[in-house]
Amino acid sequence: MHVHRFERLWFGASLVLIVAFIGTIVYGAVGPGVAMVDDSGGTVEPSVIADGNYDQVDNFREPGVYDTDDGVEVYVVARQYLFQPGTSEAIEVPAGEPVTFHVTSPDVTHGFNLAGTNVNSMVIPGQIAEFTVTFDEPGEHGIVCHEYCGDGHHTMEGQVVVVEESQFDGGDS
Amino acid sequence: MAFVDRYPAAARTARICLWIAFAAFGVGALFGLIQALHRTNTLRIIPSADYYTILTGHGVLLGLVFTTFGIAGLFHWANTRSLGVAPTNERLTQGWLWTMTIGTVLAAATILAGLFDWIPASADVLYTFYAPLEAHPLFYIGAALLIVGSWGAGLDWFLQYREWRESNPDARIPLQSFMVLTTMLMWYLCSLGVAIEVVVFLIPWSLGLISQVDPLLTRTLFWYFGHPVVYFWLLPAYLVWYTVLPKLSGGRLFSDPLARVTFVLFLLLSTPVGFHHQYTDPGIASGYKLVAMTNTFFLLLPSLLTLFTVVASMEHGARQQGAGGRLAWLTNLPWERPEFSGVALAGIMFAAGGFSGMINAGMNINYLIHNTIWVPGHFHLTVGTAYALTLMAISYWLIPQLTGKRLQFRGLAAIQPFVWFVGMVLMSNAMHRGGLAGIPRRTAEPQYEQVSFDAVVGTVGEMRIQIAIGGTLLFLGAVMFLAVMFGTWALGKPDSQLRVNGSIPEPLSGAEESPRVLDNLVLWTAIAVALVLLAYGVPLYDMVADGIHFPGSAPFPE
Repeated sequence: MHVHRFERLWFGASLVLIVAFIGTIVYGAVGPGVAMVDDSGGTVEPSVIADGNYDQVDNFREPGVYDTDDGVEVYVVARQYLFQPGTSEAIEVPAGEPVTFHVTSPDVTHGFNLAGTNVNSMVIPGQIAEFTVTFDEPGEHGIVCHEYCGDGHHTMEGQVVVVEESQFDGGDS
Repeated sequence: MAFVDRYPAAARTARICLWIAFAAFGVGALFGLIQALHRTNTLRIIPSADYYTILTGHGVLLGLVFTTFGIAGLFHWANTRSLGVAPTNERLTQGWLWTMTIGTVLAAATILAGLFDWIPASADVLYTFYAPLEAHPLFYIGAALLIVGSWGAGLDWFLQYREWRESNPDARIPLQSFMVLTTMLMWYLCSLGVAIEVVVFLIPWSLGLISQVDPLLTRTLFWYFGHPVVYFWLLPAYLVWYTVLPKLSGGRLFSDPLARVTFVLFLLLSTPVGFHHQYTDPGIASGYKLVAMTNTFFLLLPSLLTLFTVVASMEHGARQQGAGGRLAWLTNLPWERPEFSGVALAGIMFAAGGFSGMINAGMNINYLIHNTIWVPGHFHLTVGTAYALTLMAISYWLIPQLTGKRLQFRGLAAIQPFVWFVGMVLMSNAMHRGGLAGIPRRTAEPQYEQVSFDAVVGTVGEMRIQIAIGGTLLFLGAVMFLAVMFGTWALGKPDSQLRVNGSIPEPLSGAEESPRVLDNLVLWTAIAVALVLLAYGVPLYDMVADGIHFPGSAPFPE
């Protein structure tokens, strides 16, 4: 097969580029430890969440912020058109400590994105999205629902407030 | 002799497909203008709740109808032209044309019904139709008919190929036909996912026959189709870039073998990549996401090869016309001819879209931009320019051959691609930057009470102005194109002096220089199926095994 010399060069350079891209991402995963949202949160029957029977679920608690021995755990229900907690009361978490979010939906698919950061997850009924974040500095982050969830979608928003560790009150018990 | 004189029936079918595509394009473009002005607070003529109906119409009419009919028209011409064999079965042709048309009318009517409160139907579930948001059953039935109809079109082209093969047992498949057939094989493989989603789950569910569906399973079936469909849109543009653009630049294609390699790579790698749309989905193990990412990055290879060929072909063409200099040859290209300038600008814009696509494909970088306005910024460069502008530009060259009429309003046509280009530069760069600031996609309101968006470069206000101006220019470009097409149809008269030369020169390196195995479509299809099973077999099994209608339920409805 005849392939022009420049085409061969281009072909080789393209392959190098592709392998380099994959390499940077693998490095991101094993070096700095960028973890993916995956199946670790487990599944849940959406109607149980809709009815508020959290005691019937072993991998999801009543929505709120809990200070545990392993770090801060935040349970959030995203529903048309609010985050609970998040919308009417901000989610308060400490700086410099790992914060694990557990987010699920009882109705339709939503999104959970802290605008301008790489905290970004889909919220799919039946699945619990679990991801851990460490906020370096105190500050406020807006939560946007970034998946269309009905005609009030654009009103669905909330806030995460990061406070100094000394000011963190430990949330719900 | 023009195509219409040689193959009158095929020319008629291609014309009908293109006219339907252009009609959908006109309505979809108007919806796009309404959105661009609404969400930038420039002009608001609809309530924000209706924004999503308009958005669904824009996505479905442009992403499914304009593309599928445009591709059908283009492929019907390309397959017939390159094989030199007329379509074999008129009833089959009529059948798929009607099936696709009825499906389109059903889906479009159901979406539009959402604007009128007194009609008890709506389908504002967006282009992605994620369950459990529910549309009227007629929307899903319409979408299914459009896809099933496209399968019939593919059958039509394979029958043409079989007829050609009988009289040419040892010949290599002509290049354009090779591209049509590999694209359709890829399309069969990937559209199976959405067909199962719609026929097995969404239609029975929307009719009330089953009470619920598993959102993650149906979403996964959607994206199984949802990324390869992008290549279904792009490959017709690639067909034009490989086979017509070199000629329009004044030269000929470099290498037929490498063009075949490109299309084979697309057939193999297009489908097992869908999980890269689900990087941020819970319920999917990261290993599956990593496999999809690897495939996605290797899919860059055929696109990078195409980038080389597009630029090299233009340069070669210019040099054949006597141009010199390192970059001076660029000025010798026929930029005043819209069929060339449109296709060339589409190819150049696609490079920018390819770069932002690499960001989307990167598992961990994707976190920053997933579901932000970056994403529509990206695909307005790919489908909205690479495909759409290529189809528009090639129509200036093709429509005279399909109608036997000279192109009207040539001056208008000559500036149209540049209007589109400028509009897209403004809109897509602002969208990409807005995405970095975290501005979400698919929202009617640009402002939130509890959320502030901080621009990395420039300001959010300036981005909005660019989106509004860019969107307006794009609509203007669409209107200019439609005016030329309508004028040609209404005012043009059958003419033996078409001023269009439809012949396509032989490539520098012909098919005879490539191994015959490249033409073995059965082999490539088998490998493609194996790769799909590798990427999707286990995850889909997991999702079905944990309950087919929702996680935790029995695999069968109660």
